[in-house]
Amino acid sequence: MAGTETQNWVGRAVPRKEEDRLLRGRGKFADDIKLREMAYLHFVRSPYAHAKIVSIDTSAADALPGVICTLTGKEIVPQTQPFIEIGPDSKVRDYPLGVSKVRYQGEPVVAVVAESPQIANDAAELVNVEYEALDPVVDAQQALADQSILHEEAGTNKIWNGVFEYGDVEKAFRDAAHVVEVDRLHFHRFSSTPLENNVVIGQWDPKDDYIYYSCNNSFPSFAIQFLAAHLNVHIDKIRVQTSDIGGSFGIKITSYPQMAVCALASKKAGGRPIKWVETRSEHMTSSAHGNERTFRDTRVALDKDGVITAITSRHIDDCGAYPRYEPLGCVIWSQVFPGVYRFRNARIDFTQAVTNKCPVGPNRGYSRMQHLWFLERVIDICAHELGIPADEMRLRNYIRPEEFPYTTPNGCVYDSGNYPKMLALAKELIGWEEWKKKQTAARKEGRLMGIGIGTTLDSGTNNFGQSQIVNPGAPFSGNSQGANCKLDIYGEVVVAVGSCPQGQGHETTAAQVVADVLKISPDLVTVRTGFDTERNVHTGFSGTYASQFAVSGLSAVHGAAQKLKAEMTRLAAYVLESKPDDLEFGMGAQGPEIRARSNGKSINYWGLANIVNVNSAVLPTELYEITLNCRYIWRAPFKVPDKQKKYGNLTLTYASQLHIAIVEVDRETFIPKILDYVAVDDCGTVINPPIVEGQVYGATAHGIGAALLENCLYDAVGNMLTSTFSDYTPITAVNMPKVKYGHTATPSPHSYSGAKGMGEGGAAPIHTISAALQDALFSEGIIIEDSFNNADSLFRALVGKEICQADKLVKVERRV
Amino acid sequence: MELLREVLDLTGTHVGCDTTYCGACTVLMNGAAVKSCTVFAVQADGADILTVEGLEKDGKLHPIQKAFGDAYGLQCGYCTPGLLISAYQLLSHNRQPSDKDIGRAIAGNTCRCTGYQNIFKAIRLAAQSAKGA
Repeated sequence: MAGTETQNWVGRAVPRKEEDRLLRGRGKFADDIKLREMAYLHFVRSPYAHAKIVSIDTSAADALPGVICTLTGKEIVPQTQPFIEIGPDSKVRDYPLGVSKVRYQGEPVVAVVAESPQIANDAAELVNVEYEALDPVVDAQQALADQSILHEEAGTNKIWNGVFEYGDVEKAFRDAAHVVEVDRLHFHRFSSTPLENNVVIGQWDPKDDYIYYSCNNSFPSFAIQFLAAHLNVHIDKIRVQTSDIGGSFGIKITSYPQMAVCALASKKAGGRPIKWVETRSEHMTSSAHGNERTFRDTRVALDKDGVITAITSRHIDDCGAYPRYEPLGCVIWSQVFPGVYRFRNARIDFTQAVTNKCPVGPNRGYSRMQHLWFLERVIDICAHELGIPADEMRLRNYIRPEEFPYTTPNGCVYDSGNYPKMLALAKELIGWEEWKKKQTAARKEGRLMGIGIGTTLDSGTNNFGQSQIVNPGAPFSGNSQGANCKLDIYGEVVVAVGSCPQGQGHETTAAQVVADVLKISPDLVTVRTGFDTERNVHTGFSGTYASQFAVSGLSAVHGAAQKLKAEMTRLAAYVLESKPDDLEFGMGAQGPEIRARSNGKSINYWGLANIVNVNSAVLPTELYEITLNCRYIWRAPFKVPDKQKKYGNLTLTYASQLHIAIVEVDRETFIPKILDYVAVDDCGTVINPPIVEGQVYGATAHGIGAALLENCLYDAVGNMLTSTFSDYTPITAVNMPKVKYGHTATPSPHSYSGAKGMGEGGAAPIHTISAALQDALFSEGIIIEDSFNNADSLFRALVGKEICQADKLVKVERRV
Repeated sequence: MELLREVLDLTGTHVGCDTTYCGACTVLMNGAAVKSCTVFAVQADGADILTVEGLEKDGKLHPIQKAFGDAYGLQCGYCTPGLLISAYQLLSHNRQPSDKDIGRAIAGNTCRCTGYQNIFKAIRLAAQSAKGA
């Protein structure tokens, strides 16, 4: 790539630096690593969703040749503290292996360590665990009745409850022209299932008493906080390294229990490195799922024009058997409290409960998508009941472009956006009028064709102060990220950042940012791969999650690069006998250099690095502070929210997505088919357009998969029915429609570059497909009650009349 | 699969599901794309096997690899080795595949990152560059 000195690299389609090794099959994924004396761990898991552990007999397994040791929950308890609970005064005792009972199918009970994975697997079969089955609870609302309690110490299945109330709800309902009531809506449980399963290599090395991890956890700085407290060790004694990661989508954030077991097993095995590679079935039953949520007793007040003035509702969130990252989800949804809409009065009573299902984790779109889906359902149902077209309904209710920055009823500041413009672009791209005509013709033939709009938000760079809304004693607030930028001994530009990428192209975009600062080509910037605590660039928030790298990560990189540039400038001014404002950065005959305009002298990067690192006697003492090795911590400008009022700015940037889908339900097979699809994205200033486009497509596939194919199904006693890919059916190339892509840009005033975090995509397709199905089926008396719809559920709705019946779910009171 | 990864240290081929669904383990066996997670090493005795490591030539990327890079046809790269092999098989007997042909050829390769759009683009690009060559 030819470097030019004037053109910016940010904003251009720079080819990804990650590509070469990945295309050649030379990516380094966690399972590719082999260490001397490595042993292999296999978990014995509970077949029951809820049971008492009566006894565990590992003697036959221990006796099998090749078995090194076994480890049970009872052995772990005296050596450790239960994992940190984020919730207030939590009585939940969470250990990485079941101690006296098991609370979900697939919960690990015994770890078996052996010389080979095969022996470990065979030995696990020889472990005899006697259980006494208990009543399982698989529904969060039922769980709240506390008839069968998961965590006896807590005395209740309720994990958290809080009321989020803003404005004057009662007045809005008194003044309403129409009141619409929706009895029940339900957002289903699914997982973005990264293609690479969880992998941990853990070693508790007796030589130095350090714990070493090579793994694919995607939020290592969070994991080490949990692990240090759990294992009673200094946090500096835990080293976590990641390399290439085969996707996470948030699901790999909560692999710290397995990391703990590997360390403890290593200790028992005399310090040998222990490798655990999760199977797909283990991943499906016991890694993490997304949050399931039920919305009850929704009431919507509207004025005579269909403008929503108030919403009240009860939301019940199901976090599975252990809260872990929860109850953060109980507040994180409120980052997008009003969605993209203008209503100012609302009361949401939010409760979270444990159930005998896999614990949840922050799955792509975490906690906000459930709420945004709920709001989109409310919009479509109200529009239909009031006879207002879906597009017109949105235009009447959208926050207006001139209202940005917009402060929401709960104090969040939406930085920028233009939803009507996105709608217009999406309509143009899909051929709205044409499809409207086709729909009219199709309906005349009795066909069930619907056109749906989904408008959604991807809030990025969160304020961890929101944790104090769920737990006033939580010691977290703000957000930060670290980066280091240096000239190495021979003058190479090397960047390290505290993120933990899984395909988002951080190496590329970080290099673009540094290249612009130093006026060199990104090819000359080395960005370290993966995460490593020993690079010392992480803060307590470092990792890759919550749509923020373009803001937090690149701001940190930008800060470090500027710091380096300032040091280089100061040093060069001395060496070149010039002044800082006389210097220019650029390319010379021997690579990147700094020139003095006035006297024509120049020095290249090797020369600068040489002076500081290996030729320091030439330095005057006043320049000793120059290291050319610059660490920078970027901090988001947040305040601690008001805990009582649940008020404050919870996120820095708000990317938006507007999708339109045309969906037809076959009258005979009930298979829903996407006939056309458009995705319009606005994430402010774009650092690398094809990378952003790729993220949009990826998030769109996850959403379409979730809407039509992917559902973590449990039976009434807590057996997981979708424990293989063949049952779960992740979306494939043949189910995925061609997506038309459009882009608008409203630069964020809250980030240095105008970029907004993106990547989660706000689950726009789930809203959009539900909207299209709703549009297709209103005439059949159907309300799209669930976020998951397939041929089976549509058959049960349309023919069986078992679910989704409008006359049972929706009531309308018209006062004008 | 185990032979490839654990014995021969050819770690470019990946495991994603172990149930012949995801195709991260796809290799070419006697010219046919197979999912190596469910092929025993003894079944491949005497067979010609091509894995992702065998695509490049003298350090130069194969045109299909280059096309995947140029079209941003990968993100995390975990599924990529399997997709490259499936694309290789398709293009070896169909030099002008339609989108339907491409969809069929990669139906057994799950990708969780890209939403497949740029993978279609990459395979179309590879077909074009082969035609031009």
